[in-house]
Amino acid sequence: MGHYQWNWAIVFEQVAGTKEYYYQWLITGLGWTVATALCAWVLALVLGSLVGTLRTVPNKWLASLATCYVELFRNIPLIVQLFLWFYVLPEVLPKSAGFWMKQDMPMPEFITAAIGLGLFTSARVAEQVRTGIMALSSGQKNAGLALGFTLPQAYRYVILPMAFRIVIPPMTSEFMNVFKNSAVALAIGVTELTFQMRQITGEYAPGNPIEVMTIVSVIYLILAFSVNRLMALIERRTQVPGYISGGGK
Amino acid sequence: MVLHRYTLFDTTESTMSIIRFNAVNKWFKDLHVLKDVNLSVAEGEVVVICGPSGSGKSTLIRTVNQLETIGSGEIWVNGQNVIDPKTDINTVRADVGFVFQHFNLYPHLTVLDNITLAPIQVRKQPRVEAEALAETLLAKVGLANKRDVFPSQLSGGQQQRVAIARGLAMQPKVMLFDEPTSALDPEMIGEVLKVMKDLAHTGITMMCVTHEMGFAREVADRVVFLDQGEVVEMATPAEFFSAPKSERAKQFLQQVLSPMH
Ligand SMILES: Nc1ncnc2c1ncn2[C@@H]1O[C@H](COP(=O)(O)OP(=O)(O)OP(=O)(O)O)[C@@H](O)[C@H]1O
Ligand SMILES: [Mg+2]
Repeated sequence: MGHYQWNWAIVFEQVAGTKEYYYQWLITGLGWTVATALCAWVLALVLGSLVGTLRTVPNKWLASLATCYVELFRNIPLIVQLFLWFYVLPEVLPKSAGFWMKQDMPMPEFITAAIGLGLFTSARVAEQVRTGIMALSSGQKNAGLALGFTLPQAYRYVILPMAFRIVIPPMTSEFMNVFKNSAVALAIGVTELTFQMRQITGEYAPGNPIEVMTIVSVIYLILAFSVNRLMALIERRTQVPGYISGGGK
Repeated sequence: MVLHRYTLFDTTESTMSIIRFNAVNKWFKDLHVLKDVNLSVAEGEVVVICGPSGSGKSTLIRTVNQLETIGSGEIWVNGQNVIDPKTDINTVRADVGFVFQHFNLYPHLTVLDNITLAPIQVRKQPRVEAEALAETLLAKVGLANKRDVFPSQLSGGQQQRVAIARGLAMQPKVMLFDEPTSALDPEMIGEVLKVMKDLAHTGITMMCVTHEMGFAREVADRVVFLDQGEVVEMATPAEFFSAPKSERAKQFLQQVLSPMH
């Protein structure tokens, strides 16, 4: 029972029975968090832009295929998706492929987490991109088509440049989400920041959970803030002079 | 360039006409918006299309470059049947300029880039050439000093003049206009009409939906009056304005002319 023994210096203490320090564990965790989140984000941007665009094309087949993709990856909880990729997929694949995933795939936890989180996030990015495209007046597209652009050209030069500008604010929160959601990767054993936090507060330094959790929370806050600033910079850089968004005058 | 500015009305020879509608019908679900439209526009001709709101003017002009598809009939543009799935619609469109009521400039591009985008990407014109032409056109529409600004920094009249320059940069054979001045403040209508009149005198083929009857009187070779999807009258401006044949045209003229004059 006794009072809580505050010890903020805990992170600079050596982990019992090792040559390592707690802060090194946290840095390792931060590294995996950033790596998982950034890889997932790149994947989500590429796939999400593609799928979101396809949802708006006149071809009904492509559009419905894209809709199915979004509904599938958006509506199954992220942690379930990671379990499916990590534990179920190798069992249902042909024997040799499953065997390869379990035995030879390099960094299986990290790669599965990055791809799983990327696919999950891509569905959300796709929705934002689609909303951005729909927010533009059809006049933009028609003006492109009337000049002889093919549909892909109209998207490339006319529609997407404006749609991406419009969706920067919602994309900022998706980008921040990807860092927060990366904590779920601990469920399949990625030694990211939250994993390290649990390991330290659980087994190694159970006496000082508040300090460790506070430090980890501050690290997440700093990450979120950095993403926010980066996106604000991009928004400023790509701003169209005099353009008031939504401008359908 | 083109000398025969005045052509026979019922031009049936396809060789003469640059645009030809053969029995064109169009439905929006149950709404019959174009009813058996037959219409030919000769090379170099300036045709004004007018009619009450909802009569199908926009639909008609948008079918020319297939921004709107049709239900039945044929449309020939520059000797190509635009309804035929084998026709490459993009090459047809590249030769047909279109000016919209709401300008539809690309907001993220400068005036110069708005004009040069299609010549560079569609025509594969070298950038220097495209820019030189764009500057010439900007001078023609009186906006030489605006090449580096963005559309949102221009007035409506200026935006519409840029839109006309953008269409002309593809060196089209035909220019289509859908109510190019009706989204403008009254004091800006004149500057756009002047550009259009200058253009009409160059001998380019023009098809223009407008309620600017002064423009029609001055430069049109023919006026087409559309009502409820039907071509009700087709006449020279002189005939149409002084002696409209149908009751519907008389009523329409009363409405558009009386409040203005
Ligand atoms: N995409 C559409 N779907 C359904 N109905 C449409 C569509 N576009 C136009 N219409 C209808 O078709 C008819 C003709 O429309 P259109 O826009 O061609 O008329 P308009 O002569 O250009 O009218 P205005 O002078 O108001 O521009 C109208 O009744 C209109 O409501
Ligand atoms: Mg109209």
